Amino acid sequence: MSLQFSADATKKIAALCERYPSKKPVVLAALHLAQKEFGHLSDEALQVVAATLDLPYAHVFGVATFYTMFRREPGGKTTIRVCTNISCMLRGAYDVMESFEGKLGLKKGESNNDFSLVEEECIAACANAPAVLCGTKYYLDVEASQVSGIVDELKRNPKPESEVA
Amino acid sequence: MSTLERPASWKEIKGYGVKVVSSRFGDEQAKTLAGYERTGGYQTLRKALAMRPDDIVAEVKASNLRGRGGAGFSTGMKWTFVPKDAKAVHLVCNADESEPGTCKDRELIFWDPHLLIEGMIVAAHALKAVHNYIYIRGEMMREYAVLVKAVEEAYARGYLGKNILGTGIECQLTVHRGAGAYICGEETALLNSLEGKRGQPRLKPPFPAIKGLFDEPTIVNNVETLMNVPAIVEKGAAWFSSLGVGRSGGTRMVCVSGHVNKPGVFELPIGITMRELINDVCGGVWKGRKLKAVIPGGTSMPPLDDSELDVPIEFDALMTDERIKPVQVRPGQNFDMGGGRVLRTMAGSGGVVVMDDHTDIPKATWRIMKFYAHESCGQCTPCREGTGWLEKVSKRVANGKGKVDDLELLSSIAHGIAGNTICALGDAAAWPMMGFLNKFRADFEAAIAKANPGYTPSTSKDAA
Repeated sequence: MSLQFSADATKKIAALCERYPSKKPVVLAALHLAQKEFGHLSDEALQVVAATLDLPYAHVFGVATFYTMFRREPGGKTTIRVCTNISCMLRGAYDVMESFEGKLGLKKGESNNDFSLVEEECIAACANAPAVLCGTKYYLDVEASQVSGIVDELKRNPKPESEVA
Repeated sequence: MSTLERPASWKEIKGYGVKVVSSRFGDEQAKTLAGYERTGGYQTLRKALAMRPDDIVAEVKASNLRGRGGAGFSTGMKWTFVPKDAKAVHLVCNADESEPGTCKDRELIFWDPHLLIEGMIVAAHALKAVHNYIYIRGEMMREYAVLVKAVEEAYARGYLGKNILGTGIECQLTVHRGAGAYICGEETALLNSLEGKRGQPRLKPPFPAIKGLFDEPTIVNNVETLMNVPAIVEKGAAWFSSLGVGRSGGTRMVCVSGHVNKPGVFELPIGITMRELINDVCGGVWKGRKLKAVIPGGTSMPPLDDSELDVPIEFDALMTDERIKPVQVRPGQNFDMGGGRVLRTMAGSGGVVVMDDHTDIPKATWRIMKFYAHESCGQCTPCREGTGWLEKVSKRVANGKGKVDDLELLSSIAHGIAGNTICALGDAAAWPMMGFLNKFRADFEAAIAKANPGYTPSTSKDAA
């Protein structure tokens, strides 16, 4: 195996294992860390997680493919999550999504080196709809006309989700 | 509740102006330990640790605190379900807020993380729970960072650990981050996810209070629910109960979104009516338009029309007030909740979504169905297949490509899902489908007519 967790990640995982009666509950945290360090969850990355936590590969694969934040393919530096669920839709979220698609030259679900564009379900910012979550940063009451500026800002200062892993 | 006497103004309703859980909103200092302590934080904990656990449970039970996550079950009652001889008990905070229209827990954690921690320590003492967890939604990265920092501060100050404040009581608290799955807000799916598995719900019984996390008795409570606990211990059950109405004590965090002039997250008296909420608190429907529909407590709950809004937002009122029409499977056939009970609606998660009279109701309904189809965990057939069909059929209706039998088909699919699944996600898709379909039937029939010239609704006598 050429992939390896960094010393820092290994330490974090070991500390988390102390918080539970077995290593299994740490799998989500370990997958978040693997995605941070390896960029995406390749078969090999899943093997590293399985070996680290003494879990069957099939179990780790099953978990990694259940949750939407884990990606099996490479993605952009910043993930742009545009909520189009009901509260955001009622205040123009589909126009906002269209503006992101146009500005980025990406369809929802696609990525380039800088960005992954995701159609997100409710991100709990309904009172400030439409809401867009970019990495760890919330953009609230977003109008389609502001999209170009948001993308330019994120291009200058990427907001990787892995900051908090 | 329909006999409730209404004051002239909502500002005279009991509990007006009281902030039990949102008093520190907007105070940037309050999320630090020092800032929290300066505003009285962790004083109640000292009082609670000197109390007998059973006395705290009794106090919470008497306070009429009801679960703020959606079901509205009595919190104190739930706590009594833990077996007396249990060797290990866990308290788990459900911070997986993801019910569309709901945005209170994220704000509560962001502004006042230590109130949640204090509430958890008090509740854990009442339950004699040692190893406790906060399961926070994966997408809430900013709030996760706030919470982790607050927990570290609480450990450093001795509020958490092996021997908290020298009392000999142990309380451990771990923040566990999810990774994107609406279903993990369902308590047994949450426990599976916490155990490092796919977040698929478990069959009940056994209920978590008997057999939960790591097969041990576990209480799962919502963020807002736990944040109410310190005030109950501090000021007493009678005070808390008196803030509310009927069997619902305290205030309620309400999130209003959609077509109103002033959307927002507000802590309000639980006796306020839906119409007062929309008109007086939120400045009315935007752009001078008329109101069409209101989702009262997250998208899983059947909608209300304009004639049904003079009912308090309180749990029992929304379930039983006769001013709210029963949800029907199809015109003339009430949906049977079991034992002949009718479904009106529920207060749910406090997520109120307002739609004006320009709203394309079939399209809005499709978007809601798309959500449930995306989030179904795939475990039971009625939900896995049914939510997909609801999405597909409601989409073609919304797009003006519906077939003449599609409304009957949607009714039939929804009826086939409701009550036939392991968890409530199936109901959460079926109930709003039925509710929108029968309360706004004319809108759906107009959409069908677009694709089928000469279409005459089979139910024209009931079509509004």
